[in-house]
Amino acid sequence: MQSVDQILAGKGICICAGSGGVGKTTTSAALAAGLAARGQRVAVLTIDPAKRLADSLGLEELGNTPRQVDPSLFADAEVEMRGELWAMMLDAKATFDELVRKHAPDEETRDRILENRIYRQISNALAGSQEYMAMEKLFEIHQEGRFDFLVLDTPPSRNALDFLDAPKRLTNFIEGRGMQMFMKPTGLATKVVGRGSSMAFGVLKKVVGIDLLADLGEFFQAFSGMVDGFRERAQRVNELLADPATTFMIVCGPQGEPIEEAVYFHRKLVEANLPVGGVIVNKVHYESEADLSENGFEEDLRGPLEDDLAARVASNFRDYQALAKRDARNVEHLANELQAKAVIRIPYMDEDIHDLSGLLKIDRYLFATEAERVELAASGAG
Amino acid sequence: VPDLFDKRLLFVTGKGGVGKSTVSIALGLAAAERGLRTIVCEVASQENASRVFKKGEVGFNEVEVAENLWAISIDPDESLREYLLLQLKVRAMRDLLMRSRLFNYLAAATPGLKEMVTIGKIWELSLPNRKVKKAREYDLVVVDAPATGHGVGFLQTPRTFAGIARVGPIHNQAQELDRFITDHDHTGVVIVSLPEEMPVNESASLENQLRDEVGVAVERVYMNAMYPERFSDDEASRLERVLEITEGPAHAAVRAAVSQHRRAHAQQGQLDRLARSVQAPIRTLPFIFKPRLGVDELRQLAGALA
Repeated sequence: MQSVDQILAGKGICICAGSGGVGKTTTSAALAAGLAARGQRVAVLTIDPAKRLADSLGLEELGNTPRQVDPSLFADAEVEMRGELWAMMLDAKATFDELVRKHAPDEETRDRILENRIYRQISNALAGSQEYMAMEKLFEIHQEGRFDFLVLDTPPSRNALDFLDAPKRLTNFIEGRGMQMFMKPTGLATKVVGRGSSMAFGVLKKVVGIDLLADLGEFFQAFSGMVDGFRERAQRVNELLADPATTFMIVCGPQGEPIEEAVYFHRKLVEANLPVGGVIVNKVHYESEADLSENGFEEDLRGPLEDDLAARVASNFRDYQALAKRDARNVEHLANELQAKAVIRIPYMDEDIHDLSGLLKIDRYLFATEAERVELAASGAG
Repeated sequence: VPDLFDKRLLFVTGKGGVGKSTVSIALGLAAAERGLRTIVCEVASQENASRVFKKGEVGFNEVEVAENLWAISIDPDESLREYLLLQLKVRAMRDLLMRSRLFNYLAAATPGLKEMVTIGKIWELSLPNRKVKKAREYDLVVVDAPATGHGVGFLQTPRTFAGIARVGPIHNQAQELDRFITDHDHTGVVIVSLPEEMPVNESASLENQLRDEVGVAVERVYMNAMYPERFSDDEASRLERVLEITEGPAHAAVRAAVSQHRRAHAQQGQLDRLARSVQAPIRTLPFIFKPRLGVDELRQLAGALA
C-alpha cells in the first residue's frame, strides 16, 4: 500500500473531500504542514478553521489571500521546517465579487450585478456557489504559480459530491438564456413561445408576483454579457481537477455511514475520471491489533491491580474492542472497494486536535508506512 | 423535558456529523412515549428513520414507524407539486405549469426555492387543520434540519424570500412562515453538539445567530456522545504506572483505560467551555458503546433526553 509521500510525489494539488464532521479541515492542515516541513512551499485553502487552530498558526486575521505561518512555530514544536506553510480562508462571496469585477464588460454592468438582490442571494446562498468558488480560488492561486503544492479543504456540504458539478450547475444557471427571453418587458416572449407558456406565465405572475420576475430578468440581462467568460473559466477549472498533477484524498470516519459515503464518493470520482489518491480514515480505534486469543489478559491485570479495578479495565477494554472490530470491518470493506488505493488510518487520539502540535501528531501517522502506524498506535503515540 | 414538548414544531440542528438524526429520532420517541402524536421529518433524503426502524424507505409519505410515531422524508420537488396544487386547486393547471420550460427555469433559478417549499411542507404538517385533505393531525413535528452553514440559512429562508418577492402572494406566505418559525410559543430549536473543539465553537456561534439574526427560540443544547467517567484521577495515574510493567493484551487494556480517562477528562473540559459559551440549558447524552445504534439504543437515549 502506498504511503502519503508516495501518493503525493510529483503532484501539485491535493483536494480533500468528504462529508461534514469527519475532520477534513484538520486533515488538510496536517497534510499541508507535513509537506511544508518536508521542504515544499505549500498553501492550504481552508473553509472555517477552528479558532484555536487558526490562533495556534498565528493566523487570527486569516483572509481571502494566503498568509505565511511563522516558521518559528515549528521550531517551537521541535519540527524542522524545510519549506514554507501558507494558509488562507476562503470567502465565497468575496471570490464571486472578484470574478464579476473581472468579467464585467463595463462599470455599469458590474455595479448592476453587484447590487442586484438576486445576485446577492446567489453569491451567498445558492447551493454549489461556495463549492464553485473554492475551486475558482484554487485555480486562481494555481495560475499565479507561487506555490509548489496546494491543499484544498472542500466546503462542508450536505452532499460531498456537490462541488463536482458545481461549476456546471453555476454556468447552466447563469446561462439561463431561455429565461431572459421571458423577462424582456416587451412581452415578445408570449408571441413566440405559444399559448401553453403564456398561460403558464400568467399563472406564474399570480403565484410569485411580478416583482420577483422583474428582478430575475434584470439579473439575467446583466449577466448575459459575462456568460462566455464564466463558461470558459469553468472549463479550465475542470481541466485542472482532472490534471495528472491533481489528486483527491477522501476523508472519512470509521463508522458505517461515513465509510459508505466514502465508497460512494470514490466511485463517483472514478466515474468522473478524476484522480483519487486514497482515503484517510480519522479516529480509528486500533485496539483490535492486540491479540485477544490470549484470554489470560484479565489474569495479568489482577497482578498489579486490585480485582475491582482490573474488572473495570477489562470491561472497558471489551467496549473498545467492539468499536475496534467494527472499525476494522469497515476499513476492510473500504479497502476492498478501493482495491489498490491507499487507506490511511489515523487513530482516535486521546486529545482533540486543535493546534499545531496536534497537527504534527497526526503527521507522524499520515507520513508513516502502515507497519509504522500500527507500531505507533500500539505504543500509544497520540 | 416538559416545555420542549409543549411546542408544535422542533428544529434539530448543529454541525455535520454530531448526531442530529439520532437526537431527532430519540426526541420523536420520547414525545411518542408521552402519548403525543409525533412525526419526524428528514429533509435531505437520508432515510435514517426507516433504517433505524427497519422499514422500507418512507419517501414523501407519512409512515408509522412506532406507536404514535411517524416519519417522512421531505422531497422539495414533491413539496412544490403539492404546494402548487394547493394554490391552483386544479390538477391540470398545476401540471401545465410544471411542464412549462419557463416554470422550470424559474424554479431552478430562484435562490432558496427548494428550502422554501420544504419549510412550507413542515409548516403544513404542523397545522392543527391540515391543508392536505383528510391528513392526520400531529401534536409535534420534529425536523432533522440541515447541518449548520446551511442550517441558519435554512431557517432564514422565509425572511430572505419575503425580501426577494417584495409584494404578492409569495411575499405574504413567506412572511407567514417566518412568523411561524419565530413564534416562541409554537416553534423551538435544539442544537446538537459534540464534546470537541470545533462543534463547541460552532454551537456557540450558531446559538447567537439563531437567537439574534433569525429570532427563533433556542430551547436546548444537547451535548452528544459524552464518555462516562469510568476511572478516578487516582486510578488513572496508577494505571499509567502499570502501563510500564504490562505487555500484550493486558498492556493494550490498560492503555485503553488510560485513553478512556483522558478522553472523558477532555470532554468534560469541552462541556465546561460549552456551558460558558451558550445561554440555553445544556443536557448531556451518553456515548453508547455499540457498533451501531438501533431502536433499543435510541429508546435509551430518549430516556436520557429529559
